[in-house]
Amino acid sequence: MNAIPVTQPSLSKVSARDVNVYYGQKHALKHVDLDIRPNDVTALIGPSGCGKSTFLRCINRMNDLIDNAQVTGLLTLDGDDVYDRNIDVVQLRARVGMVFQKPNPFPKSIYDNVAYGPRIHGMARDQAELDEIVMGSLEKAGLLAEVKDRLEETGTGLSGGQQQRLCIARAIAVAPEVILMDEPCSALDPIATAKVEELIDELRENFTIVIVTHSMQQAARVSQRTAFFHLGELVEVGDTEQIFTNPQHPLTQGYITGRFG
Amino acid sequence: MTGPMQLLTLMVVLLLLATFGYRLGRNRALAAASGNPRLLHSLPSYHGYYVALWCGLPALLVIVGWLMLEPAILHGTVMTSLPAEMQSLPEERLALVYNEVRNVARHGHVPSTAVVGEAAQRYVSLRTTMFFSVAVASLAVAVAALAFAHRRIHTNMRARNRVEATVKVFLMASSMVAILTTIGIVLSLLFESLRFFQTVSLFDFLFGTQWSPQIAMRSDQVGSSGAFGAVPLFAGTLLISGIAMAVAVPLGLLSAIYMSEYAAPKFRSVVKPLLEVLAGIPTVVYGFFAALTVAPFIRDMGAHVGLSVASESALAAGLVMGIMIIPFVSSLSDDVISAVPQSLREGAYGLGATKSETIRQVVIPAALPGIVGSVLLAASRAIGETMIVVMAAGLAANLTANPLEAVTTVTTQIVTLLVGDQEFDSPKTLAAFALGLVLFTVTLALNVVALHIVNKYREKYD
Repeated sequence: MNAIPVTQPSLSKVSARDVNVYYGQKHALKHVDLDIRPNDVTALIGPSGCGKSTFLRCINRMNDLIDNAQVTGLLTLDGDDVYDRNIDVVQLRARVGMVFQKPNPFPKSIYDNVAYGPRIHGMARDQAELDEIVMGSLEKAGLLAEVKDRLEETGTGLSGGQQQRLCIARAIAVAPEVILMDEPCSALDPIATAKVEELIDELRENFTIVIVTHSMQQAARVSQRTAFFHLGELVEVGDTEQIFTNPQHPLTQGYITGRFG
Repeated sequence: MTGPMQLLTLMVVLLLLATFGYRLGRNRALAAASGNPRLLHSLPSYHGYYVALWCGLPALLVIVGWLMLEPAILHGTVMTSLPAEMQSLPEERLALVYNEVRNVARHGHVPSTAVVGEAAQRYVSLRTTMFFSVAVASLAVAVAALAFAHRRIHTNMRARNRVEATVKVFLMASSMVAILTTIGIVLSLLFESLRFFQTVSLFDFLFGTQWSPQIAMRSDQVGSSGAFGAVPLFAGTLLISGIAMAVAVPLGLLSAIYMSEYAAPKFRSVVKPLLEVLAGIPTVVYGFFAALTVAPFIRDMGAHVGLSVASESALAAGLVMGIMIIPFVSSLSDDVISAVPQSLREGAYGLGATKSETIRQVVIPAALPGIVGSVLLAASRAIGETMIVVMAAGLAANLTANPLEAVTTVTTQIVTLLVGDQEFDSPKTLAAFALGLVLFTVTLALNVVALHIVNKYREKYD
């Protein structure tokens, strides 16, 4: 590995150095340097169109799916260049799971939804092992008690909050190291949101979590680190408490106190 | 003389009157609100439409009623005024006489007898009088209704609700036209089929294996006993449709997957319309292609490998029909595959699924109901297809599963039974209706099942 000026190498799981994203002519993300610590919840906040989702989608290379997107700079996961030509994007995405804004369970049974990832990656040697992974993931996602009697029913028949926890179970079934969450609660009601937030806090024990959110209360509640983006630039990053109580940059302060956004 | 021109003039006058009514109603509404439309329950234009509808509709009803009654009144009056010895003529002769009277009166033919000439004159004068009285009556009704509606306008009148209710009746009537036509077609099929089943038993028709619809015209004619066992036709239809589906489903589905998932948008925007052109080719052109190109080709190929292939083979017709229905499968499937939300694909990619895993395990299952629907619609199209099989499949009612032989289909037989001069009361022609009824039932059932599947299993994506 080249000598990258990583501030705290031992402490960063994902690290970005001078990352730029272009959608065609549009410069969507500008010169972002950001370190994400393991077993932390890192919240990305900022007004709409500020580049926070774009940055999130760089980490598991979801931007590859967009035809005219171009990523430059260095982005590493455990020191490995994510955009290296030798990296298999399929394996990368097995290490970096993702939960989306709108719950998107597959039109399959609840069991098959969770078993999908382990199956395509050949993670289970036999049915018993697969059962174990599925049950364990549903358990960790706090969904097992609600669905254990109807694992064969279709996942799209669950309520919105249950669907989103099913998607989280589906993501952790692959045993990723990092879980990316793109506004995971924006389509949920307050009670379902509270459950998912509680879950995020529990998941921190085993996973590194990066969450994009529009709700500053949510960022304050669930995250340890917060990064504030504005117009494609990373304005400020720091411990959540410090960002919310003592922001260094006037833009951050303006956003947090609700003067714009 | 009265004719279409006069009727048209009357209509135009009515339309002008209605337009005038619109302006009157609008102005009166505005005047009632002393120029401030906010005081009105409905916009001034609705008051205008209200008066215009009152002006136009009742008058139109008068005219339509007259148009329906006119022939009967003319016929009755003219016939009763004929001399007594003519009235005692048999029914068919009377019809001929009346026909001549009409021709003389309307098209200026030269009357063959003086009696006919007189009758024609009476016809013309009666028709003219009636037309003018109806014209006056309808205009009177229009003016009266206009005045009535005009007087009823005040600021609180619910003109919008009334106009919209009238519009709703129009919309309903328009949709009824299609439904009533369908019912009419079904009933005519049903009654003619019932007549057919009076001579041939339903059991023999549905389960008989001999199809030879020639009926002896004279008692000494040989070899035309008439057998109406439709099984060979059903088998032929199934064979050809089966071959067509075997061609269309894989090709259509694979091209749909390619177009919606792999092809670059530019390529897709060119190729998809091109594929849809296939659906726009007249079926008779496919017929040429099948009969003159594909069938001889298959026969020659068969000869090379030592197979005997009929020059009109089920294979040729089925292959070409399959090509024809590719767009039905590919275009509809492409639409449903494209309609699978991107979030599902991202969900699969986010778990580390490859493109082909995503397509096979997530996208296709999500689109399956729509795909099944498109396949069933294509099947009902294949079963009902006529021109290709008439030209390429032959007429021999062979009961065979060998695609290299000539077979015949339900549609082909309907065409042959009805083409040419036929009497319409022999089992031979009535058999066509029975076949049509079977065909209709099968395609209707397929369509209903297809729609049901699509609706039942459609995931509610918003």
